[in-house]
Amino acid sequence: MCGIVGIYLKNKKLNNSLGSLLAEMLINMGSRGPDSAGFAIYNDEKGEKFKYSICINNLDYENFKKELSEYLDDADIRKNSDHVILKTKKKANDVLKILKDHFKNTSLVGYGKSIEIFKQVGSPNEVVKKFNLNNYSGTHAIGHTRMATESAITTDGSHPYSTGEDECLVHNGSLSNHNNLRRKLKKKGINFDSENDTEVAAGYISNHLANKKNLKETLNDGLRDLDGFYTFITGTRNGFAVLRDEIACKPAVIAETNDYVAIASEFQAMAHLPGVNDAKIFEPEPGVVYSWGS
Amino acid sequence: MELDLKKLNLRNVNDKLQNLDRKKNERDFTIINPEGNHAICAGLNNEMNVTIKGHVGYYCAGMNQKANITIEGNVGTGVAENMMSGKVHVKGNASQSAGATAHGGLLIIDGDASSRCGISMKGVDIVVKGSVGHMSGFMSQSGNLIVCGDAGEALGDSLYETNIYIRGKVKSLGADCIEKKMDKKHLNKLKKFLKDAEIKNFKAESFKRYGSARKLYNFKIDNSY
Repeated sequence: MCGIVGIYLKNKKLNNSLGSLLAEMLINMGSRGPDSAGFAIYNDEKGEKFKYSICINNLDYENFKKELSEYLDDADIRKNSDHVILKTKKKANDVLKILKDHFKNTSLVGYGKSIEIFKQVGSPNEVVKKFNLNNYSGTHAIGHTRMATESAITTDGSHPYSTGEDECLVHNGSLSNHNNLRRKLKKKGINFDSENDTEVAAGYISNHLANKKNLKETLNDGLRDLDGFYTFITGTRNGFAVLRDEIACKPAVIAETNDYVAIASEFQAMAHLPGVNDAKIFEPEPGVVYSWGS
Repeated sequence: MELDLKKLNLRNVNDKLQNLDRKKNERDFTIINPEGNHAICAGLNNEMNVTIKGHVGYYCAGMNQKANITIEGNVGTGVAENMMSGKVHVKGNASQSAGATAHGGLLIIDGDASSRCGISMKGVDIVVKGSVGHMSGFMSQSGNLIVCGDAGEALGDSLYETNIYIRGKVKSLGADCIEKKMDKKHLNKLKKFLKDAEIKNFKAESFKRYGSARKLYNFKIDNSY
């Protein structure tokens, strides 16, 4: 099962309500994924600093903040439930190393200049409330509600998966060749934190993008290399892309108006969006890459 | 009578329509605010007219008998699945598996239907004014599938005895599906369907007929590749 949702705003007037629009979409998809939920929000911040979304689990926030500041002198830290957003000029490898060496119980869930990712075990309703999604603004966002099939119900097993700077992926479906692919990607130096199939797809995408392929080429190659059932939404700094496998058993419906483009597993996730009844509503065709803004 | 799904519980609405009070002469219903809910109007079994104003979710009008249901919007997976009789008219687009396994009745889709339209149909007549996706008519056994637009890959794969009429392009035919001669009796039948679906701008002569080559009916020991 699993539910996936995404919304890309064309009309800037809606930016302040991005969080509340997405929250309702996620809650509506609770029936498809009650185990865990997560979301990635993009805003048009374009500072010099990177933003790191870190899940600190049970660590004491004040201690974490204090200790981390010892390793990062420009650290600017903001707390949101059991996640923190760390702003620093330091590059990803350096931050990863600090976390790995000194904060074993934390995990980096995503990083970039504009992306913030939050994900946790629990029903979408609980997760949305926990992270106060309603208060977020931004330009576009994607989200996921999970019904676990391939691996355990954990934060690491939750989506979205970060695939690189300002990139992330959500997935409805299951991949059958993820073990082989994981072995191949590990040899190329890509790290994996879980046994999850989607994380492999995320690694595949980041590896391709790092090799100077664009998102459309990457996803088209994915049609050849990723075996299984899937509807993917890949978020980038400027927008998102959608791809369904060629059998297209996993659902997706897109609604487009002059103000926004929304995608969801089922229409009911979008029924609350403004003007949706007059939107252009269609199903993405199998094996075709659709993208907006990227 | 107007039924508002924002105020009423879906189960209560379906229950009311499934158990019509025969003493009351109420046969016309309008459902508003469907908001993509699943299984709206599933299991109706009496003559009545229902109009749904808006987009619906999965299995709308499933197992329909006798009722005349119009959806003024798009429908999700499996509209009119296993319909026995009656009529279902979708004014928008349909998702996959429209009319799946349906035994009878008429399903009209004004827009496009996506993959596996008419999968395993067992006697229903389906008219799609737009195009259909891949594997439409898969393993279909009886009835008629009429498509005014194009058909996707593997049309009519492994079909038994359904008549498929396509006006536009067919991307590819599935196993054991072949183009067949359009006889006068087929033309007359097709004309009736076009009339029933109020299609005036296309002539029956502009369609091509597809059906089973009947080579998969029996296991052939020398089938080898």
